[in-house]
Amino acid sequence: MKYYLLIPFLPLAGFLLNILLGRRLFRSQAHWPSTLAVFGSLVVAVMVLMDVLHGKTLNHDLYRWIISDKFQVSVGFLIDQLTAVMLIVVTSVSFLVHVYSIGYMHDDPGYYRFFAYLSLFTFSMLMLVMANNFLQLYFGWEAVGLCSYLLIGFWYEKKSASDAGKKAFIVNRFGDFGFGLGVIMIFLTLGTLHYIPVFDKINTLTGQTINILGLHVNLVTLIALLLFCGAVGKSAQIPLHVWLPDAMEGPTPVSALIHAATMVTAGVFMVARCNPIFNLSHTAMNVVAVVGGVTALFAATIALVQNDIKRVIAYSTISQLGYMFLACGVGAYGAGIFHLYTHAYFKALLFLCAGSVMHAMAGELDMQKMGGLKKYMPVTYWTMLIASLSISGIPGLAGFFSKDEILFRAYASGGVGRFVWVLGTAAAILTAFYSFRLIFVTFHGEFRGTEEQRHHLHESPKVMTVPLVLLCIGAVAAGWVGVPPLLGGSEHFAHFLEPVVGLPHAKEVSHAEEWMTMGISVAVALAGILIAAVFYLKNPAIPRRLAERFPFLYRLLWNKYYVDELYDYIVVRPALGIANNIIVKFTDGAIIEGIVNGVPAFIGWLGAQMRKVQDGVVEHYASIMAVGIFVLLAIGMIFLI
Amino acid sequence: MNMPDLQPLMPEIVFLGLALFVLLAELFIKSKETIGLMVIVSVAATAYMIPQSFGVTFSGMFISDGYSSFFKFIFLLNLILTILISIQYIQIERAEFGEYYTVLMFSTLGMMIMASAGDLIVLYLGLELMALSTYILAGFIRHDARSTESALKYFLLGAFSSAILLYGIMLLYGLTGTTDIMKLSSLLMKNGMRLQSIFAIVMVMVAFGFKIALVPFHMWAPDVYEGAPTSITAFMSVGPKAAGFAVIGRVFLTGLEGFSADWRLLLVVLSIATMAVGNIIAIQQHNLKRMLAYSSIAHAGYAVLGVIAGNTEGLSATMNYLLIYAFMNIGAFSVLVLLRNEQERIETLEQIKGLARNHPFASALMLIFMFSLTGIPPTAGFVGKFFLFRALVYSGYTWLAVVAVVFSAISAYFYLRVVMYMYMYEPEEGVTQDISTAAPLGLALLITSLMVIAIGIYPEPFVNFARLVVG
Amino acid sequence: MPGTYLPESYLPIFIFIIIATLFGLGALLIGEIVRLRRPYHEKLMPYESGIDPVGEPRVRFSIRFYVIAMLFVVFDVEAIFLYPWAVVFDKIGLYAFVEMVIFIIILFVGYIYAWKKDAFQWE
Repeated sequence: MKYYLLIPFLPLAGFLLNILLGRRLFRSQAHWPSTLAVFGSLVVAVMVLMDVLHGKTLNHDLYRWIISDKFQVSVGFLIDQLTAVMLIVVTSVSFLVHVYSIGYMHDDPGYYRFFAYLSLFTFSMLMLVMANNFLQLYFGWEAVGLCSYLLIGFWYEKKSASDAGKKAFIVNRFGDFGFGLGVIMIFLTLGTLHYIPVFDKINTLTGQTINILGLHVNLVTLIALLLFCGAVGKSAQIPLHVWLPDAMEGPTPVSALIHAATMVTAGVFMVARCNPIFNLSHTAMNVVAVVGGVTALFAATIALVQNDIKRVIAYSTISQLGYMFLACGVGAYGAGIFHLYTHAYFKALLFLCAGSVMHAMAGELDMQKMGGLKKYMPVTYWTMLIASLSISGIPGLAGFFSKDEILFRAYASGGVGRFVWVLGTAAAILTAFYSFRLIFVTFHGEFRGTEEQRHHLHESPKVMTVPLVLLCIGAVAAGWVGVPPLLGGSEHFAHFLEPVVGLPHAKEVSHAEEWMTMGISVAVALAGILIAAVFYLKNPAIPRRLAERFPFLYRLLWNKYYVDELYDYIVVRPALGIANNIIVKFTDGAIIEGIVNGVPAFIGWLGAQMRKVQDGVVEHYASIMAVGIFVLLAIGMIFLI
Repeated sequence: MNMPDLQPLMPEIVFLGLALFVLLAELFIKSKETIGLMVIVSVAATAYMIPQSFGVTFSGMFISDGYSSFFKFIFLLNLILTILISIQYIQIERAEFGEYYTVLMFSTLGMMIMASAGDLIVLYLGLELMALSTYILAGFIRHDARSTESALKYFLLGAFSSAILLYGIMLLYGLTGTTDIMKLSSLLMKNGMRLQSIFAIVMVMVAFGFKIALVPFHMWAPDVYEGAPTSITAFMSVGPKAAGFAVIGRVFLTGLEGFSADWRLLLVVLSIATMAVGNIIAIQQHNLKRMLAYSSIAHAGYAVLGVIAGNTEGLSATMNYLLIYAFMNIGAFSVLVLLRNEQERIETLEQIKGLARNHPFASALMLIFMFSLTGIPPTAGFVGKFFLFRALVYSGYTWLAVVAVVFSAISAYFYLRVVMYMYMYEPEEGVTQDISTAAPLGLALLITSLMVIAIGIYPEPFVNFARLVVG
Repeated sequence: MPGTYLPESYLPIFIFIIIATLFGLGALLIGEIVRLRRPYHEKLMPYESGIDPVGEPRVRFSIRFYVIAMLFVVFDVEAIFLYPWAVVFDKIGLYAFVEMVIFIIILFVGYIYAWKKDAFQWE
């Protein structure tokens, strides 16, 4: 199975080719190396999946970088069922996004740079999911963060874009700090960073506590929560969700690949990968479930009123990621990964459709200025409709199976699970509503844009619509591998992942209850779509009247619960205030400046004095040598005899 | 009379024969590329013979073992890389005299003899062959006053240090009645004249310290490195230095093993002084060649740390460091060679402002070498320093490792300043940043940069190789 | 024991050196004492009754002299090595013969080199 190495290293080669030769050699052909490389990765990933299906897994240290006793830095690959699923998701979506970008990014002055970054991202993401140790996971984790930063700020001359890039980077720092601490804790307590020994030995830590400022904290819980901190940042969960909507400043293919299908799901992947750790701590599991459930509902409510087409989808992503964590939190890792996998296709599709719309509207993002686009861009319309049906949970489509699985597992686990089930179901109705609000406002009714825009309206070129159609197949069919027994399926997906993540420990649940949860989720999906239809097709006056009736609620949602403002008040401004008044004026001005400038200045002065000795006169040089000899002799005589 | 075993000496004999052949050949062949190719073939033939030459001959005066072979590979590598960067450069400098290649070979031969010396007299013989050749090479741009001046300075101070070495050897001989390195330690201990022994050790250490440019015996280095042709500076900053370390390892770690507590103390003093002076004065330099000269002084200070650690782990770390240093330092000088065009030498920080705009490749290479010299992972420089400091910590010199790390941090200032000037400034008005590319130079840059990255990413075989050779 | 060895057999040479030195110095000294000293302008000129000297008395030697000197050293050293070798040749045999041939070949290479570089031409 050595050929698995091609999976990450082909995109790396693509990156190197493009970054080194792109500007001079490839120019407008820069998509070739990157796209071919990722296609190669996709092919190999399918081969690896075949191998894994035949029961072949692999845990192999490719090489060890630095070995210092117990501390080993190595590059190694763990290929098991979970990895195989992630590989397929990452390479397939990445490939389609590459193809789509050929059309979307053409004429951009940074064409080669864009594809270079995409390849680098794909490489980093693949290294992340294929890692067999925490350090490499951390490396991939930071590397995808870096690529995300580079790609969000791709149009760096736009201030909002570079600001958004910085925001994403800084917000992620908070989570990554915890994640880094978690990795260090694992090494300190278990003395290794490789997954397999860590997961084997983690049992020995149960019941141990650690004293933090007088509090006795359960060690496993602490490790699990620290790791989860990283996931919260990367996967944009409450309270670190604020960077993702702003990240929409990046090019749309980037949003589809990084901020919907792959990077943001790394948190879910990590939690599922570390399931032996999380399983040992009820507290941590409940935290994961509640954070996931609350985020799912919270983000969905914000999505209700947004008018920026990409932001609606961004909040939808946050909400769907909440579902995945919810699933992990109730022990249904398989369901979480299943949703990750189906979500990748329909959400990437939604983004690419939005990109296609923007392409036609010359970069316009405001839904209120669209309308009636259905007849101008049929392919985009139909694919987006199917994606919306899928995300809403209409039976038969991918989203239905995975979301239903999550909600059922939450319900079945009892306790906290029931609570998050209520949250999830409430979020489901909102999901259906905002998804179809988007469809109706954008594609139905009258065109509300300028005459110039109307003139420009067109369906996107083939190179963009073909990926849409292919992703659409995924959005429809991806769920068919996990049809529940109730509907005559046999949950292939859950059984496939069982060796890695186990099966959830469900209480005995009757068939009737199972039918009930499924019925409720279908019902709320249909209800959501219906309400949207009434609001935005039948009687467009209702939303406005509702907004007038509940002005406070509307403004609260419109302003995203004022979270950004809140952070501005409690984090950014105090930080800047402290920075400006105390640090810059006092600490920095007097102390740090004194040290930072003083030390180099002193060293510089010292250097200037010392170099005077070097005057170019040979006699002086010889004398200095002679002095050196005498000094050495003196040292020898004083200390050694 | 019995025929001595010549097998251990075969690489040197063959190399000498080929050097003489090249000397004659260049009288008749005008194409310098052909001569360069002949040298490289000679090196290949010699390198091929080294692994088959293991043994001791001339009653212990000449030793060919894993240790000497490792160093010989460094010397030969140094020679090949120097030839590659020279071919076009010496034409630009109008110094394309035929002897250039032969003298380089003779110098390398001297180093090889030094690495294999089992006797102080043989050691001296090799050292003089190497040194005399490098004096000539330093002054090879005859029409350039700086070059001639540097050669003269190097010669005068070199002669001074040779005299000191001879004095030290004489004392050792007087105390023990032998010049056999292997027997020195036990005879000195038996003799019991401690004061005289320390005297002798200091003298020998001063002479070796001169070759590897330890402070305060480094005074020649900045002037000579700056004045000499850049290709020769690259050669000198690696070859003689590695040769100096080869004899230090042989003489101190095996020959004067019994006095290890004594010479360790002296080396600690010298290494701290070296790291301090090298790094601190380098900050003041605006001429890149001079900056690299001070940097190479500082690096000798790091490399000595492995000798101070004093065990096989430390010695192998030093050897590994020298190998890495060979790649990164020659690489950095190669970029300077690349920047020498027909009109001018681009050597100062002001002249390389905004280089990244005009020459992204050259800048990227320089960036790699600067990172490596600083010791930033994942470049080879990091690996080298990591194993040095590790060996030091394990042999109980944690405080010294901390000192070294601090100086290493200071060094980041002037290495990264180069990167800053290349990437963050606009090109200066009126500076033509033409570069002179040639296939051999490109090959040298390719080899050095690839090795710097390869060792950085996959250090295990190199580290193990050095360990195996010492152990 | 180091330090106690006295090179008695070298004593005559030592005495010889001292006498030679004293003899030379003594001759100069005696001349200085006994000779008359009546300096006047013409007498102090480098060439009495010649032409007045023009320019600096220190002139650079042609670099050629150094080349000649080096060539001389090369062949002189060869000769010096050949003498003792010839004396004991019948005792050390074929091995020494081969060694000397190699030595001469190396010098011969130097000879060809010098010839080709026009070291034997004055101009």
